[in-house]
Amino acid sequence: MKLIIAYVKPFKLEDVKLALRGLGVSGMSVGEIRGFGRQSGQTEVYRGAEYQVEFVPKSRLEVVVDDDLAEPAVEAIQGAARTGEIGDGKVIVVTVDDVLRIRTGERGGDAL
Amino acid sequence: MSAGDVAWVLTASALVLFMTPGLALFYGGMVRSKNVLNMLMKNFFTISIVTVVWVLFGYTLAFGTDAAGVVGGLDHLGLRDVEGEALLFMVFQMMFAIITPALISGAVAERMRFGAWVLFTTLWAALVYPLVAHWGFHPEGFLFAWGVRDFAGGLVVHINAGVAALAVVFVLGPRRGFGREAIRPHSLPLTLLGTGILWLGWFGFNAGSALAADGVAVNAFVTTQIGASLAALGWVTAEWRRTGKPTTLGAASGAVAGLVAITPGAGFVTPLAAMVIGLAAGVLCFWAVSLKFRLGYDDSLDVVGVHLVGGVVGSVLLGVLASSEVNAGVTDGLLFGGSAFFLKQVVAVVVVMAFSFVASYLLARVVEATIGLRASEREEIEGLDITLHEERAYVVGE
Repeated sequence: MKLIIAYVKPFKLEDVKLALRGLGVSGMSVGEIRGFGRQSGQTEVYRGAEYQVEFVPKSRLEVVVDDDLAEPAVEAIQGAARTGEIGDGKVIVVTVDDVLRIRTGERGGDAL
Repeated sequence: MSAGDVAWVLTASALVLFMTPGLALFYGGMVRSKNVLNMLMKNFFTISIVTVVWVLFGYTLAFGTDAAGVVGGLDHLGLRDVEGEALLFMVFQMMFAIITPALISGAVAERMRFGAWVLFTTLWAALVYPLVAHWGFHPEGFLFAWGVRDFAGGLVVHINAGVAALAVVFVLGPRRGFGREAIRPHSLPLTLLGTGILWLGWFGFNAGSALAADGVAVNAFVTTQIGASLAALGWVTAEWRRTGKPTTLGAASGAVAGLVAITPGAGFVTPLAAMVIGLAAGVLCFWAVSLKFRLGYDDSLDVVGVHLVGGVVGSVLLGVLASSEVNAGVTDGLLFGGSAFFLKQVVAVVVVMAFSFVASYLLARVVEATIGLRASEREEIEGLDITLHEERAYVVGE
Protein backbone atom coordinates (compact mmCIF):
# COMPACT_ATOMS: atom_id res chain seq x y z
CA MET A 1 0.00 0.00 0.00
CA LYS A 2 1.07 3.55 -0.65
CA LEU A 3 0.24 6.82 1.07
CA ILE A 4 0.03 9.56 -1.52
CA ILE A 5 0.36 13.12 -0.25
CA ALA A 6 -0.39 15.78 -2.85
CA TYR A 7 0.07 19.53 -2.48
CA VAL A 8 -2.07 21.24 -5.11
CA LYS A 9 -3.53 24.61 -5.96
CA PRO A 10 -6.82 24.96 -4.04
CA PHE A 11 -8.86 25.65 -7.15
CA LYS A 12 -7.64 22.32 -8.64
CA LEU A 13 -8.73 20.25 -5.64
CA GLU A 14 -12.16 19.41 -7.05
CA ASP A 15 -10.68 18.18 -10.34
CA VAL A 16 -8.16 16.04 -8.46
CA LYS A 17 -10.90 14.52 -6.31
CA LEU A 18 -12.98 13.65 -9.38
CA ALA A 19 -9.99 12.09 -11.14
CA LEU A 20 -9.17 9.91 -8.12
CA ARG A 21 -12.77 8.86 -7.67
CA GLY A 22 -12.77 7.92 -11.34
CA LEU A 23 -10.02 5.40 -10.54
CA GLY A 24 -12.15 3.85 -7.80
CA VAL A 25 -10.42 5.47 -4.84
CA SER A 26 -12.90 5.17 -2.00
CA GLY A 27 -11.74 7.80 0.47
CA MET A 28 -9.37 10.68 1.00
CA SER A 29 -8.55 13.48 3.43
CA VAL A 30 -7.91 17.11 2.55
CA GLY A 31 -6.70 20.12 4.47
CA GLU A 32 -6.26 23.78 3.76
CA ILE A 33 -2.66 24.64 4.42
CA ARG A 34 -0.18 27.41 3.66
CA GLY A 35 3.25 26.94 2.27
CA PHE A 36 5.78 27.76 -0.40
CA GLY A 37 8.14 26.03 -2.76
CA ARG A 38 9.77 27.43 -5.87
CA GLN A 39 6.82 29.77 -6.29
CA SER A 40 8.14 31.45 -3.09
CA GLY A 41 5.00 33.39 -2.33
CA GLN A 42 2.94 36.03 -3.99
CA THR A 43 2.65 39.81 -3.95
CA GLU A 44 -0.19 41.58 -2.18
CA VAL A 45 -0.74 45.35 -2.20
CA TYR A 46 -2.37 47.29 0.63
CA ARG A 47 -2.66 51.08 0.33
CA GLY A 48 0.04 51.08 -2.31
CA ALA A 49 2.54 49.12 -0.18
CA GLU A 50 3.60 45.84 -1.74
CA TYR A 51 4.13 42.84 0.51
CA GLN A 52 5.75 39.55 -0.44
CA VAL A 53 3.59 36.92 1.23
CA GLU A 54 5.65 33.72 1.42
CA PHE A 55 3.07 31.27 2.72
CA VAL A 56 0.37 31.00 0.11
CA PRO A 57 -2.79 28.91 0.42
CA LYS A 58 -2.53 25.32 -0.85
CA SER A 59 -4.57 22.17 -0.48
CA ARG A 60 -3.02 19.02 0.91
CA LEU A 61 -4.67 15.76 -0.06
CA GLU A 62 -3.88 12.39 1.50
CA VAL A 63 -5.00 9.07 0.10
CA VAL A 64 -3.93 5.48 0.76
CA VAL A 65 -4.20 3.04 -2.16
CA ASP A 66 -3.17 -0.49 -3.07
CA ASP A 67 0.22 -0.78 -4.77
CA ASP A 68 -1.21 -1.41 -8.23
CA LEU A 69 -3.31 1.75 -8.02
CA ALA A 70 -0.46 4.00 -6.85
CA GLU A 71 1.02 4.90 -10.22
CA PRO A 72 -2.35 5.54 -11.93
CA ALA A 73 -3.35 7.70 -8.94
CA VAL A 74 -0.17 9.76 -9.12
CA GLU A 75 -0.68 10.29 -12.85
CA ALA A 76 -4.33 11.20 -12.30
CA ILE A 77 -3.32 13.82 -9.73
CA GLN A 78 -0.75 15.32 -12.06
CA GLY A 79 -3.20 15.31 -14.93
CA ALA A 80 -5.87 17.09 -12.92
CA ALA A 81 -3.70 19.53 -10.98
CA ARG A 82 -1.29 20.70 -13.66
CA THR A 83 -1.62 24.22 -15.06
CA GLY A 84 1.97 24.45 -16.30
CA GLU A 85 2.66 27.46 -14.13
CA ILE A 86 5.04 27.66 -11.22
CA GLY A 87 3.33 26.68 -7.97
CA ASP A 88 1.37 23.68 -9.26
CA GLY A 89 2.55 21.65 -6.27
CA LYS A 90 4.10 18.27 -5.44
CA VAL A 91 3.09 14.65 -5.05
CA ILE A 92 4.82 12.48 -2.45
CA VAL A 93 4.47 8.68 -2.32
CA VAL A 94 5.23 6.80 0.91
CA THR A 95 5.14 3.07 1.57
CA VAL A 96 2.56 2.12 4.20
CA ASP A 97 3.12 -0.71 6.70
CA ASP A 98 -0.48 -1.32 7.72
CA VAL A 99 -3.98 0.14 7.92
CA LEU A 100 -6.71 -0.54 10.50
CA ARG A 101 -10.41 0.16 10.08
CA ILE A 102 -11.41 1.17 13.60
CA ARG A 103 -15.05 0.00 13.43
CA THR A 104 -14.46 -3.55 12.21
CA GLY A 105 -10.84 -4.26 12.99
CA GLU A 106 -10.06 -5.11 9.34
CA ARG A 107 -6.37 -4.75 8.46
CA GLY A 108 -4.31 -3.95 5.37
CA GLY A 109 -5.97 -3.67 1.96
CA ASP A 110 -9.33 -4.78 3.35
CA ALA A 111 -9.40 -1.66 5.51
CA LEU A 112 -9.13 0.75 2.58
CA MET B 1 -34.99 76.48 17.13
CA SER B 2 -38.00 75.04 15.35
CA ALA B 3 -39.22 71.54 16.07
CA GLY B 4 -37.73 70.53 12.72
CA ASP B 5 -34.32 71.89 13.70
CA VAL B 6 -34.38 70.07 17.02
CA ALA B 7 -35.45 66.83 15.35
CA TRP B 8 -32.67 67.08 12.78
CA VAL B 9 -29.91 67.85 15.28
CA LEU B 10 -31.06 64.99 17.53
CA THR B 11 -31.01 62.66 14.53
CA ALA B 12 -27.62 63.99 13.45
CA SER B 13 -26.24 63.42 16.96
CA ALA B 14 -27.25 59.76 16.78
CA LEU B 15 -25.67 59.48 13.33
CA VAL B 16 -22.39 60.92 14.61
CA LEU B 17 -22.39 58.53 17.57
CA PHE B 18 -22.80 55.63 15.13
CA MET B 19 -19.59 56.70 13.39
CA THR B 20 -17.46 55.47 16.29
CA PRO B 21 -18.58 51.80 16.08
CA GLY B 22 -18.24 52.27 12.31
CA LEU B 23 -14.68 53.47 12.80
CA ALA B 24 -14.08 50.45 15.03
CA LEU B 25 -15.03 48.13 12.15
CA PHE B 26 -13.08 50.22 9.61
CA TYR B 27 -9.97 49.84 11.77
CA GLY B 28 -10.80 46.35 13.06
CA GLY B 29 -10.75 44.86 9.58
CA MET B 30 -7.31 46.32 8.92
CA VAL B 31 -5.52 44.69 11.85
CA ARG B 32 -4.49 41.06 12.17
CA SER B 33 -7.13 38.68 13.52
CA LYS B 34 -5.28 38.34 16.84
CA ASN B 35 -5.79 42.05 17.60
CA VAL B 36 -9.27 42.83 16.24
CA LEU B 37 -11.13 42.79 19.58
CA ASN B 38 -8.57 45.11 21.12
CA MET B 39 -9.03 47.45 18.17
CA LEU B 40 -12.82 47.37 18.53
CA MET B 41 -12.61 47.93 22.27
CA LYS B 42 -10.28 50.91 21.98
CA ASN B 43 -12.99 52.59 19.93
CA PHE B 44 -16.12 51.31 21.67
CA PHE B 45 -14.86 52.00 25.19
CA THR B 46 -13.88 55.52 24.17
CA ILE B 47 -17.61 56.28 23.91
CA SER B 48 -17.98 55.71 27.63
CA ILE B 49 -14.77 57.46 28.64
CA VAL B 50 -15.42 60.64 26.70
CA THR B 51 -19.09 60.81 27.66
CA VAL B 52 -18.04 61.04 31.31
CA VAL B 53 -15.24 63.53 30.62
CA TRP B 54 -17.47 65.71 28.43
CA VAL B 55 -20.36 65.86 30.92
CA LEU B 56 -18.15 66.64 33.91
CA PHE B 57 -15.83 69.29 32.45
CA GLY B 58 -14.98 68.81 28.76
CA TYR B 59 -18.05 70.69 27.56
CA THR B 60 -17.48 73.69 29.77
CA LEU B 61 -13.77 73.91 28.83
CA ALA B 62 -14.80 73.98 25.17
CA PHE B 63 -18.03 75.96 25.25
CA GLY B 64 -18.15 77.71 28.63
CA THR B 65 -17.80 81.50 28.86
CA ASP B 66 -14.66 82.43 26.95
CA ALA B 67 -11.42 83.26 28.74
CA ALA B 68 -8.92 85.14 26.56
CA GLY B 69 -9.98 83.26 23.43
CA VAL B 70 -8.12 80.19 24.68
CA VAL B 71 -10.44 78.18 26.88
CA GLY B 72 -14.01 78.06 28.18
CA GLY B 73 -14.71 78.93 31.82
CA LEU B 74 -16.03 76.55 34.45
CA ASP B 75 -19.57 77.95 34.45
CA HIS B 76 -21.01 74.74 32.92
CA LEU B 77 -19.11 72.29 35.13
CA GLY B 78 -21.15 69.08 35.33
CA LEU B 79 -23.55 70.63 32.77
CA ARG B 80 -24.75 73.25 35.26
CA ASP B 81 -27.25 75.61 33.58
CA VAL B 82 -27.08 73.68 30.30
CA GLU B 83 -30.68 73.25 29.22
CA GLY B 84 -32.90 73.08 26.17
CA GLU B 85 -31.09 74.08 22.98
CA ALA B 86 -27.77 74.31 24.81
CA LEU B 87 -28.25 70.74 26.03
CA LEU B 88 -28.94 69.64 22.46
CA PHE B 89 -25.78 71.41 21.25
CA MET B 90 -23.88 69.78 24.13
CA VAL B 91 -24.85 66.25 23.11
CA PHE B 92 -24.19 66.91 19.40
CA GLN B 93 -20.71 68.18 20.27
CA MET B 94 -20.19 65.25 22.66
CA MET B 95 -20.29 62.86 19.71
CA PHE B 96 -17.45 64.84 18.06
CA ALA B 97 -15.45 64.75 21.28
CA ILE B 98 -15.88 60.95 21.27
CA ILE B 99 -14.83 60.15 17.74
CA THR B 100 -11.81 62.47 17.71
CA PRO B 101 -9.64 60.52 20.18
CA ALA B 102 -11.07 57.28 18.76
CA LEU B 103 -9.45 58.23 15.43
CA ILE B 104 -6.02 58.14 17.10
CA SER B 105 -6.46 54.45 17.97
CA GLY B 106 -5.69 53.43 14.39
CA ALA B 107 -2.14 54.74 14.65
CA VAL B 108 -1.29 52.84 17.82
CA ALA B 109 -2.96 49.60 16.73
CA GLU B 110 -1.63 46.16 17.66
CA ARG B 111 0.83 47.24 20.36
CA MET B 112 -0.56 49.82 22.81
CA ARG B 113 -1.85 48.39 26.08
CA PHE B 114 -5.53 48.84 26.77
CA GLY B 115 -5.03 50.52 30.14
CA ALA B 116 -2.59 52.96 28.57
CA TRP B 117 -5.20 53.75 25.94
CA VAL B 118 -7.85 54.43 28.61
CA LEU B 119 -5.55 56.80 30.49
CA PHE B 120 -4.30 58.57 27.38
CA THR B 121 -7.81 59.03 25.98
CA THR B 122 -9.09 60.38 29.28
CA LEU B 123 -6.27 62.93 29.49
CA TRP B 124 -6.50 63.86 25.82
CA ALA B 125 -10.28 64.28 25.87
CA ALA B 126 -9.96 66.45 28.98
CA LEU B 127 -6.94 68.61 28.11
CA VAL B 128 -6.40 68.72 24.33
CA TYR B 129 -9.72 68.33 22.53
CA PRO B 130 -11.72 70.97 24.48
CA LEU B 131 -9.07 73.64 23.84
CA VAL B 132 -8.92 73.10 20.09
CA ALA B 133 -12.71 72.86 19.94
CA HIS B 134 -12.90 76.18 21.77
CA TRP B 135 -10.51 77.84 19.31
CA GLY B 136 -12.28 76.57 16.22
CA PHE B 137 -15.95 76.32 17.21
CA HIS B 138 -16.62 78.84 20.01
CA PRO B 139 -17.59 82.27 18.62
CA GLU B 140 -14.98 83.89 20.87
CA GLY B 141 -12.30 81.22 20.41
CA PHE B 142 -9.26 83.03 19.02
CA LEU B 143 -9.19 81.23 15.67
CA PHE B 144 -12.94 81.59 15.02
CA ALA B 145 -12.99 85.21 16.19
CA TRP B 146 -10.04 85.95 13.87
CA GLY B 147 -12.11 84.71 10.91
CA VAL B 148 -10.90 81.14 10.55
CA ARG B 149 -13.72 78.75 9.61
CA ASP B 150 -14.00 75.04 10.27
CA PHE B 151 -17.51 73.95 9.36
CA ALA B 152 -17.60 70.49 10.97
CA GLY B 153 -14.12 69.78 12.29
CA GLY B 154 -11.31 69.66 9.74
CA LEU B 155 -9.08 71.45 12.25
CA VAL B 156 -10.79 70.49 15.48
CA VAL B 157 -11.33 66.81 14.69
CA HIS B 158 -9.13 65.55 11.87
CA ILE B 159 -5.95 67.62 11.96
CA ASN B 160 -6.08 67.53 15.74
CA ALA B 161 -6.39 63.73 15.85
CA GLY B 162 -4.01 63.14 12.95
CA VAL B 163 -1.18 65.12 14.54
CA ALA B 164 -1.84 63.55 17.94
CA ALA B 165 -1.56 60.14 16.28
CA LEU B 166 1.86 61.06 14.90
CA ALA B 167 3.05 62.31 18.29
CA VAL B 168 1.94 59.17 20.15
CA VAL B 169 3.54 56.92 17.53
CA PHE B 170 6.86 58.68 18.10
CA VAL B 171 6.70 57.76 21.78
CA LEU B 172 5.27 54.27 21.23
CA GLY B 173 7.55 53.01 18.47
CA PRO B 174 6.77 50.67 15.58
CA ARG B 175 5.14 47.24 15.68
CA ARG B 176 7.50 44.25 15.62
CA GLY B 177 8.25 43.42 12.03
CA PHE B 178 7.07 46.78 10.67
CA GLY B 179 8.53 47.33 7.23
CA ARG B 180 9.92 43.74 7.11
CA GLU B 181 7.00 41.37 7.55
CA ALA B 182 3.73 41.43 5.66
CA ILE B 183 1.33 42.80 8.28
CA ARG B 184 -1.96 42.42 6.45
CA PRO B 185 -5.59 43.40 7.04
CA HIS B 186 -7.47 40.32 8.27
CA SER B 187 -10.94 41.25 6.99
CA LEU B 188 -11.48 43.88 4.34
CA PRO B 189 -15.23 43.16 4.33
CA LEU B 190 -15.33 44.49 7.92
CA THR B 191 -13.40 47.54 6.77
CA LEU B 192 -15.84 48.17 3.95
CA LEU B 193 -18.82 47.80 6.30
CA GLY B 194 -17.16 50.28 8.64
CA THR B 195 -16.60 52.65 5.74
CA GLY B 196 -20.31 52.49 4.88
CA ILE B 197 -21.27 53.28 8.47
CA LEU B 198 -18.80 56.17 8.56
CA TRP B 199 -20.17 57.54 5.28
CA LEU B 200 -23.74 57.32 6.60
CA GLY B 201 -22.82 58.90 9.92
CA TRP B 202 -20.90 61.66 8.19
CA PHE B 203 -24.14 63.11 6.87
CA GLY B 204 -24.98 63.78 10.52
CA PHE B 205 -21.47 65.05 11.19
CA ASN B 206 -21.44 67.58 8.35
CA ALA B 207 -25.08 68.40 7.61
CA GLY B 208 -25.82 68.36 11.35
CA SER B 209 -23.16 71.02 11.86
CA ALA B 210 -25.53 73.54 10.27
CA LEU B 211 -27.40 73.12 13.60
CA ALA B 212 -30.62 73.64 11.68
CA ALA B 213 -32.71 71.87 9.06
CA ASP B 214 -31.98 74.52 6.46
CA GLY B 215 -30.28 75.21 3.13
CA VAL B 216 -26.79 75.14 4.63
CA ALA B 217 -27.50 71.64 5.98
CA VAL B 218 -28.64 70.54 2.52
CA ASN B 219 -25.52 72.02 0.95
CA ALA B 220 -23.31 70.23 3.48
CA PHE B 221 -25.16 66.96 2.82
CA VAL B 222 -24.62 67.27 -0.94
CA THR B 223 -20.95 68.28 -0.73
CA THR B 224 -20.32 65.40 1.69
CA GLN B 225 -21.65 62.90 -0.83
CA ILE B 226 -19.59 64.47 -3.61
CA GLY B 227 -16.37 64.74 -1.60
CA ALA B 228 -16.44 61.07 -0.58
CA SER B 229 -17.25 59.84 -4.07
CA LEU B 230 -14.60 61.89 -5.83
CA ALA B 231 -11.89 60.97 -3.35
CA ALA B 232 -12.63 57.25 -3.75
CA LEU B 233 -12.39 57.76 -7.51
CA GLY B 234 -9.15 59.71 -7.14
CA TRP B 235 -7.48 57.22 -4.80
CA VAL B 236 -8.43 54.15 -6.85
CA THR B 237 -7.36 55.83 -10.09
CA ALA B 238 -4.01 56.80 -8.60
CA GLU B 239 -3.28 53.32 -7.26
CA TRP B 240 -4.53 51.64 -10.45
CA ARG B 241 -2.00 53.67 -12.39
CA ARG B 242 0.83 53.00 -9.96
CA THR B 243 0.37 49.39 -8.88
CA GLY B 244 -1.83 48.10 -11.68
CA LYS B 245 -4.79 47.03 -9.53
CA PRO B 246 -7.86 48.79 -8.12
CA THR B 247 -8.23 47.68 -4.49
CA THR B 248 -11.11 47.46 -2.03
CA LEU B 249 -8.98 49.03 0.68
CA GLY B 250 -8.12 51.85 -1.71
CA ALA B 251 -11.78 52.60 -2.39
CA ALA B 252 -12.59 52.53 1.34
CA SER B 253 -9.60 54.68 2.25
CA GLY B 254 -10.33 57.15 -0.52
CA ALA B 255 -13.94 57.56 0.58
CA VAL B 256 -12.87 58.30 4.15
CA ALA B 257 -10.16 60.70 2.97
CA GLY B 258 -12.79 62.57 0.97
CA LEU B 259 -15.18 62.71 3.92
CA VAL B 260 -12.35 64.14 6.02
CA ALA B 261 -11.38 66.73 3.44
CA ILE B 262 -14.90 68.00 2.81
CA THR B 263 -15.59 68.34 6.54
CA PRO B 264 -14.12 71.84 7.08
CA GLY B 265 -15.84 73.25 3.99
CA ALA B 266 -19.05 71.24 3.69
CA GLY B 267 -21.33 74.19 4.45
CA PHE B 268 -19.12 76.79 2.76
CA VAL B 269 -18.40 75.51 -0.76
CA THR B 270 -20.38 74.68 -3.89
CA PRO B 271 -20.93 71.14 -5.19
CA LEU B 272 -18.36 71.72 -7.95
CA ALA B 273 -15.79 72.95 -5.43
CA ALA B 274 -16.50 69.77 -3.43
CA MET B 275 -15.49 67.76 -6.50
CA VAL B 276 -12.13 69.51 -6.54
CA ILE B 277 -11.61 69.00 -2.81
CA GLY B 278 -12.58 65.31 -3.01
CA LEU B 279 -10.38 64.55 -5.99
CA ALA B 280 -7.39 66.35 -4.45
CA ALA B 281 -7.86 64.49 -1.17
CA GLY B 282 -8.05 61.09 -2.89
CA VAL B 283 -4.84 61.57 -4.83
CA LEU B 284 -2.86 63.37 -2.12
CA CYS B 285 -3.84 60.98 0.68
CA PHE B 286 -2.89 57.99 -1.49
CA TRP B 287 0.52 59.59 -1.87
CA ALA B 288 0.70 60.44 1.83
CA VAL B 289 0.16 56.89 3.13
CA SER B 290 3.47 55.83 1.59
CA LEU B 291 5.37 58.43 3.65
CA LYS B 292 5.47 56.24 6.75
CA PHE B 293 7.60 53.66 4.97
CA ARG B 294 9.97 56.29 3.63
CA LEU B 295 10.22 58.16 6.94
CA GLY B 296 10.08 55.05 9.12
CA TYR B 297 7.24 55.79 11.58
CA ASP B 298 4.60 53.12 12.09
CA ASP B 299 1.29 54.98 11.84
CA SER B 300 -0.31 51.57 11.57
CA LEU B 301 -3.66 52.33 9.93
CA ASP B 302 -2.68 55.66 8.31
CA VAL B 303 -4.33 58.15 10.63
CA VAL B 304 -1.72 60.68 9.51
CA GLY B 305 -2.03 59.92 5.81
CA VAL B 306 -5.82 60.02 5.82
CA HIS B 307 -6.95 62.32 8.66
CA LEU B 308 -4.08 64.76 9.01
CA VAL B 309 -3.36 65.11 5.31
CA GLY B 310 -7.07 65.01 4.38
CA GLY B 311 -7.80 67.62 7.04
CA VAL B 312 -5.01 69.89 5.80
CA VAL B 313 -6.12 69.50 2.17
CA GLY B 314 -9.70 70.38 3.10
CA SER B 315 -8.85 73.27 5.42
CA VAL B 316 -6.41 74.88 3.00
CA LEU B 317 -8.63 74.34 -0.05
CA LEU B 318 -11.47 75.93 1.91
CA GLY B 319 -9.23 78.99 1.96
CA VAL B 320 -9.29 78.84 -1.83
CA LEU B 321 -12.87 77.77 -2.55
CA ALA B 322 -14.99 79.27 0.27
CA SER B 323 -17.97 81.16 -1.11
CA SER B 324 -19.96 83.77 0.79
CA GLU B 325 -22.77 83.13 -1.67
CA VAL B 326 -23.11 79.57 -0.36
CA ASN B 327 -22.96 80.72 3.24
CA ALA B 328 -22.91 84.31 4.51
CA GLY B 329 -21.00 83.07 7.58
CA VAL B 330 -17.75 82.70 5.64
CA THR B 331 -15.39 85.09 3.87
CA ASP B 332 -14.65 84.50 0.18
CA GLY B 333 -11.65 82.29 -0.57
CA LEU B 334 -8.65 82.96 -2.80
CA LEU B 335 -10.58 82.04 -5.95
CA PHE B 336 -13.11 84.78 -5.24
CA GLY B 337 -10.52 87.38 -4.27
CA GLY B 338 -10.15 86.68 -0.54
CA SER B 339 -6.42 86.26 0.07
CA ALA B 340 -6.65 87.19 3.76
CA PHE B 341 -9.00 84.30 4.50
CA PHE B 342 -6.67 81.87 2.73
CA LEU B 343 -3.73 82.94 4.88
CA LYS B 344 -5.79 82.65 8.05
CA GLN B 345 -6.71 79.08 7.15
CA VAL B 346 -3.05 78.20 6.63
CA VAL B 347 -2.03 79.79 9.92
CA ALA B 348 -4.82 77.96 11.73
CA VAL B 349 -3.59 74.63 10.34
CA VAL B 350 -0.07 75.35 11.62
CA VAL B 351 -1.28 76.51 15.03
CA VAL B 352 -3.45 73.45 15.63
CA MET B 353 -0.73 71.10 14.38
CA ALA B 354 1.91 72.65 16.64
CA PHE B 355 -0.27 72.67 19.76
CA SER B 356 -1.74 69.22 19.32
CA PHE B 357 1.62 67.65 18.53
CA VAL B 358 3.36 69.05 21.60
CA ALA B 359 0.45 68.45 23.97
CA SER B 360 -0.17 64.91 22.72
CA TYR B 361 3.52 64.06 22.84
CA LEU B 362 3.73 65.22 26.45
CA LEU B 363 0.60 63.26 27.43
CA ALA B 364 1.99 60.12 25.80
CA ARG B 365 5.23 60.62 27.76
CA VAL B 366 3.24 60.99 30.99
CA VAL B 367 1.40 57.72 30.32
CA GLU B 368 4.65 55.99 29.44
CA ALA B 369 6.33 57.22 32.61
CA THR B 370 3.44 56.21 34.88
CA ILE B 371 1.81 52.97 33.69
CA GLY B 372 3.69 52.25 30.45
CA LEU B 373 2.37 52.49 26.90
CA ARG B 374 3.41 49.33 25.22
CA ALA B 375 2.33 45.73 25.36
CA SER B 376 5.08 43.23 26.21
CA GLU B 377 6.87 41.27 23.51
CA ARG B 378 4.85 38.15 24.38
CA GLU B 379 1.54 40.04 24.33
CA GLU B 380 2.34 41.58 20.97
CA ILE B 381 3.35 38.29 19.38
CA GLU B 382 0.50 36.20 20.81
CA GLY B 383 -1.98 38.96 20.09
CA LEU B 384 -3.65 41.56 22.28
CA ASP B 385 -7.06 39.85 22.17
CA ILE B 386 -6.09 36.76 24.10
CA THR B 387 -3.42 38.35 26.31
CA LEU B 388 -5.15 41.61 27.29
CA HIS B 389 -8.81 40.64 27.03
CA GLU B 390 -8.80 36.82 27.32
CA GLU B 391 -11.09 36.55 24.31
CA ARG B 392 -10.82 35.42 20.72
CA ALA B 393 -12.68 37.09 17.85
CA TYR B 394 -13.00 33.97 15.75
CA VAL B 395 -13.53 30.59 17.38
CA VAL B 396 -13.55 27.93 14.69
CA GLY B 397 -13.87 24.16 14.73
CA GLU B 398 -16.45 23.86 17.52
